[in-house]
Amino acid sequence: MSTAASLARRSRWRVAEIVFWLVAFAAFFAPGGKQLLLNEIAILALFALSLDLILGYAGIISLGHAAFFGAGAYAAGIFCKMVMPDPTAGLLVAIIVAAVLGFATSFLVLRGSDLTRLMVTLAVALVLHEVANALPDWTGGADGLQGMTVGPLLGTFDFDLYGRTAYAYSLTTLFVLFLLARLIVRSPFGLSLMAIRRNPLRAAALGVPVHRRLIAAYTLGAAYAGAAGALLAQTTGYVSLDVLEFQRSADVLLTLIIGGTGWLYGGIAGAVIFKILQDVLSSTSPQFWMFWMGIFLVVLALVGRERLTAGVRGLVARVVRS
Amino acid sequence: MATILFDGVAYGMLLFVLACGLAVTLGLMNFVNLAHGAFAMAGGYVTVALMDKWGVPFVACLPVAFLAAATLGLVLERTLYVHMYGRSPLEQVLFSIGLVFIAVAVTDYFMGSSQRNIQLPAWLQGRREVLGASIGIYRSFLIVLCGALALALQLALMKTRFGSRLRAAVDDARVARGLGIPVGFVFAATFAVGSGLAGLGGALGVELLGLDPYFPLKFMVFFLIVVTVGGTSGLMGPFVASLLLGVADVAGKYYLSSALGGFVIYVVLIVVLVLRPHGLFARAR
Repeated sequence: MSTAASLARRSRWRVAEIVFWLVAFAAFFAPGGKQLLLNEIAILALFALSLDLILGYAGIISLGHAAFFGAGAYAAGIFCKMVMPDPTAGLLVAIIVAAVLGFATSFLVLRGSDLTRLMVTLAVALVLHEVANALPDWTGGADGLQGMTVGPLLGTFDFDLYGRTAYAYSLTTLFVLFLLARLIVRSPFGLSLMAIRRNPLRAAALGVPVHRRLIAAYTLGAAYAGAAGALLAQTTGYVSLDVLEFQRSADVLLTLIIGGTGWLYGGIAGAVIFKILQDVLSSTSPQFWMFWMGIFLVVLALVGRERLTAGVRGLVARVVRS
Repeated sequence: MATILFDGVAYGMLLFVLACGLAVTLGLMNFVNLAHGAFAMAGGYVTVALMDKWGVPFVACLPVAFLAAATLGLVLERTLYVHMYGRSPLEQVLFSIGLVFIAVAVTDYFMGSSQRNIQLPAWLQGRREVLGASIGIYRSFLIVLCGALALALQLALMKTRFGSRLRAAVDDARVARGLGIPVGFVFAATFAVGSGLAGLGGALGVELLGLDPYFPLKFMVFFLIVVTVGGTSGLMGPFVASLLLGVADVAGKYYLSSALGGFVIYVVLIVVLVLRPHGLFARAR
């Protein structure tokens, strides 16, 4: 089979995918009140998708992905306050800011081992956290950015209390960016990223410009994370320092691991499971949720991710067959 | 000026005792253990509980904190950590973050989420004027104790039979095993001692650093900085790095605002990591 044919076969739409998106959009008409949670799920899914581009496809481990989420959130918030309240323009600005930041810091993660990358990404997020904390005139410091009045979506739809507009906005953004990511990872560019993740030396020997591809992937992931941050800022009308905290980087890593790395629905599946579990478990107490999350991570690491996902996939295959 | 330097050195010494276990597991054994602070927290809470509930004197609590954290470290090493050696860094990160979450949740459940403090004995409180500088007595106690520990550890690693076995096991576990060195035992003992020292540091640090269930997350970065900046050539690198970090942190918070002080440290960390990925004091290979 030729490469082009193989790529075309891989990018064909499956029935399950179409059904999933139809259900997701139909949830807009669900009885009110649930959309707030759904909105959070869509934002987390986009955030996890952005990490998947970096971790699952390019193979760069990051412990500071919240840096770009936070940069996008603050960019959208400050743009809304100082320039104009239109959400779409704010979203674009946030994407650009996060992409520029991702491009600038991508040179830092090219060198060194996995451990160095862990530390550098962590440090970048910490630096941003300190910067945001040290500039209360811009960011509101520890009090958070207040007084954001987000304008109506596309000039017509106001953001309501029940999160309907917010959910439609976040889901549409997620869908559009997902389509783009789907195109990208199934292009020759995406294939070359996967080649780099498996074996950078061999990829370089095959003529793949490893450094340039990694920079591009990292910038792309940062831009996506910035979009997710902007969605959070605009739909909640508030930005606080916790958008840059380590906890957020750890949460998104966990979300992606739950859903599985290296396939685009991993982030979405992880976000659905993560948020619903969080909703159920933290209603008892936040510590309860943290405890079970810890247990899950330890078991996952001990059993091995491959074996666990393989087990789930086997189970699904058996259910489908019977 | 001299006071700030002194406080910084005391803080750095404390950081070294807290982080030197990590210097061995992460620096020498290449295990990404983000849960190191949990052992320090265990030591801290053991001290708080002993002093509050049974009125045990502070100095008597220190060995107990060491033993408690070391036992905890030994048990976890034998049951959980031992399966994670040689796995990918991502899996080690997930595993140790999971441990941190469990530690935070369990501590919060049993000890409450509020900040805990201890009452130091009277002979360790107060300040003295020495050569025009105001010297805290507890901080001089820290410097003497932690300095002695650092010296003892360096000697143990470099001069004793156990130290040479550990270095051999770290450099090449397979060859060391072939030479009859009980690698598993050496790793377990080292891990226990490292955790114990963290517990001791946690107990000593209650006064300076404070103690609440989020301790492992708050100070994780500092421990990691000590190890990554210090490099992996024994314990002298981490020792110098923790002193630098301690002085820089205290001075930065004093001369600049507290936010900018943190900013400087993290920027320096990034620069060091980019220019010298194996640490400032890496051994020439």
